[in-house]
Amino acid sequence: MQNFSKNKKMQVAGEFLYRLQKSWSSKLGIGLLVLIVLLCLIGPFFSPYGINEIDLSSIYAGPSAKHWLGCDTMGRDMLTRLLYGGRYSLALGLVTALFGAVLGTVIGCIAGYFGGKTEMMLMRIMDVWSALPSLMLCILISAVLGSGFFATVLALSVGNIPNGMRMVRGQILSERTKEYIEAAISINCSKTVVMFQHLLPNVIQPMIVNTTMGIGSAIAMAASLSYIGLGIQPPDPEWGAMLADGKTYVYVYPHLILVPGIAIALVVFGINLLGDGLRDALDPKLRD
Amino acid sequence: MGRYILKRCLWMIIIVISAAIVAFTLMYLMPGDPARLLLGTQATEEYIAAKRHELGIDLPYIIQLKNYLVDTFLHFDLGTSWVFRTPVQKELAVRLPRTLFIGLSGMALNVIIGTLLGIFAAVHEGKWQDSLTMVIAMVFISCPDFFVAMILVLVFSLKLGLLPPYGIDSMQSYILPIISTALAGIAINARQARSSMLEVIRADFVTTARAKGQKEGVIVRRHMFPNAMMPIITGVSGGLAMLIGGSPVIESIFSIPGVGAYLLVGIQQRDQPIVRSCIVFFAIFTSIVMLVMDLAYAVLDPRIKAQYSRKKGGK
Amino acid sequence: MTEPLLKINDLEIVYSQNRKVVHAVNGVSLQLEKGKTLGLVGETGAGKTTIAKAIMRILPDPPARILRGEILFENEDLLKKSESEMGDVRGEKIAMIFQDPMTALNPLMTVGDQILEVIKLHTDCSRQEGMKKAGEMLETVGIPAERYVEYPHQFSGGMKQRVVIAMALACNPELILADEPTTALDVTIQAQVLDLINALKEKYNTAMILITHDLGVVAQTCDEVAVIYAGQIVEYGKKEEIFMHPLHPYTLGLFASLPEMSIGKKRLKPIDGMPPDPTVVAEGCPFRPRCPYAMEKCGQSVENREIAPNHFCRCIWEGRKSE
Repeated sequence: MQNFSKNKKMQVAGEFLYRLQKSWSSKLGIGLLVLIVLLCLIGPFFSPYGINEIDLSSIYAGPSAKHWLGCDTMGRDMLTRLLYGGRYSLALGLVTALFGAVLGTVIGCIAGYFGGKTEMMLMRIMDVWSALPSLMLCILISAVLGSGFFATVLALSVGNIPNGMRMVRGQILSERTKEYIEAAISINCSKTVVMFQHLLPNVIQPMIVNTTMGIGSAIAMAASLSYIGLGIQPPDPEWGAMLADGKTYVYVYPHLILVPGIAIALVVFGINLLGDGLRDALDPKLRD
Repeated sequence: MGRYILKRCLWMIIIVISAAIVAFTLMYLMPGDPARLLLGTQATEEYIAAKRHELGIDLPYIIQLKNYLVDTFLHFDLGTSWVFRTPVQKELAVRLPRTLFIGLSGMALNVIIGTLLGIFAAVHEGKWQDSLTMVIAMVFISCPDFFVAMILVLVFSLKLGLLPPYGIDSMQSYILPIISTALAGIAINARQARSSMLEVIRADFVTTARAKGQKEGVIVRRHMFPNAMMPIITGVSGGLAMLIGGSPVIESIFSIPGVGAYLLVGIQQRDQPIVRSCIVFFAIFTSIVMLVMDLAYAVLDPRIKAQYSRKKGGK
Repeated sequence: MTEPLLKINDLEIVYSQNRKVVHAVNGVSLQLEKGKTLGLVGETGAGKTTIAKAIMRILPDPPARILRGEILFENEDLLKKSESEMGDVRGEKIAMIFQDPMTALNPLMTVGDQILEVIKLHTDCSRQEGMKKAGEMLETVGIPAERYVEYPHQFSGGMKQRVVIAMALACNPELILADEPTTALDVTIQAQVLDLINALKEKYNTAMILITHDLGVVAQTCDEVAVIYAGQIVEYGKKEEIFMHPLHPYTLGLFASLPEMSIGKKRLKPIDGMPPDPTVVAEGCPFRPRCPYAMEKCGQSVENREIAPNHFCRCIWEGRKSE
């Protein structure tokens, strides 16, 4: 029996991987992300320039053999800053998405599982929460918390809780009434067993997809915040901050925003492709 | 049905007031003394204290909150901007139409083009038309809206000289802001419309319609599309919230004096009346959108309508 | 012998997905005369519904593909017709009753309008006339015409199936394909719906293909029976012939698994094993692994043979005659 379930699990995992690699879009997504992450982690060591090294002779310089992606407003090498900044942006996206996912799951589970008054209260709070568009909420919270990495993470996570939570709750609501849950209760499973062994696994898959996509939207949102002067600010080389730094001169020296802008778009693109592939690969309806 | 709407409106008022309280509290917690910001670093302590008294921010939190709520929701007085010394109400009245115009036209584009693209992709599922539409949609979803906006300005204003890059001098100046807010929404909506169309494309009642000898075009219009509408509407409401939520960014790129830009100025200057009023506006707007969407569900789906009526307005 | 209304010759259909090919229908031939009822009997997945959908040409393509064969309806090959020509056949000449009435109706349209849709498509009438006709059809299946304006969610399962039947019969078709019309219904309702279908069929003198896995239903309604196993007709003939002298071991197994109160059998006898994997084309008789009489020769392919007049069987086993 033990062996059987292990085999079964292996089989499901194998099938999952097979289906994930089958679609060209998720392959492209994974490839893109791995490339970018590796570049950001390793790249800076090979750069001949320091992150804050100023070269007054090449302020605003366009791409050249010397500076592959050109230089910024202070003559700093864009490529070096881009790779350093990628660490900030990627970490920020990852931490925010995970944080939001955990908070959303916990609250969503509590609401969806206990139901009744608890659920109603939480839902009412979330109604108020989401009466404001999430970017707007992030703007406000970010203004309260000030700039900096962790303040931004917190602002973005808190602003995005309703999204994750609504999804988890909706999922639990639809699972809760299904017969396998009744079956579990009918054989006297405890509440925690029902919660963790039966409900959560069915909620976790869409949550994984949501979190993956959340990384991308967090990076984009962080960039928006930086752009309007909140969140992470120059001289930190986070991508949004680089955009904000160059925005004044964008129409004269387009590479100032093209470089970080395309970087953001590529990462988000890769993440979205991966998320899409994950969704298809995890969808039990398609397994057949 | 009538009672349901009434109940929803009451709930909407509660939500808006709660949002106002949240906005007030966040502003209260925001670092930086507004009086000192207004008067500059040269001001004497007495002078600052007098200013604090004038603004009413020397009072305890709960009293300030009470004053604010009474002014806003009983006297419908949004106060006077601390920085500009102009009534917020007047300023909003001028700025509102601009933000709404951009938001609503963006949404119209988003609904029409997005849905059509989604249906187009779904009908050609698995063929190159589908893949192409979806890849392009994915690209636009992945680009932050302000980046798209900048690219549009670079291309259409600076290189081609077709459209003004900023300001609101003519109707043409609205074109780029509208497009750049709508693009991501169109893409999201196209994906949503595609996936909900695919859900119904294999539905049994579609087979039934085919078995009746109905033409494919009519099947799409009469049987598939109405049944795919619900998730599309949900997507649209989310999209509208996104359009409006993105207004501070877009308005600051295109230098459009709208509500979003006003909010940003308010936050930067710690101008509490401005921020609170803008937030109340956004909350009201989102709530109305939600209500309209819920009613649209009821109009479109007899099952939901029955649910609303049966429960005598219950949720 | 009169010219048959429907004649299927050597039909073969596959579903291809993920580079796997499912052989759903493997060389099925059958025919049906005007006004007669043919029962298609077999287990889930045997290919019964696929045959019906192929006749209507409503198989989802992709993944389904008709590889070869012809479907002659009134001497015209339906597989060669254009999509618009098929539009005049579907609903007007051939109608289908679906398995699950819960999902077969559009939830956003009133039931009356859904009947009206098929009437308007195939008759030249005004909206008023069509609505009147649709109302009459509702009455015919035992639903008050006032319920025209109600939505499917306001009907019970049995009532919905009546609506589906009304829709199928609205244009007085020559042939009805009833795909397990009672499977999704309560047992108590099944007989009612079946009787209704039968009565209406008699009234309009319509031919019918009844798809089912219930031999009891076949006994009640059919003139001829085709037993299907793994996409092949294994036994085919007059109902009386098949019920009195079943020849194929699979048919025998089906009968043995029926509860028969009169004989007082204590236990039902199931057919051991599982239906074969449809992605694998095996040499020889597909029933061989489950067949109690299997022998070496079964490994070779078997043709349908006429064992008695109008009684075909795809089996080489002759043992039963001596029993």
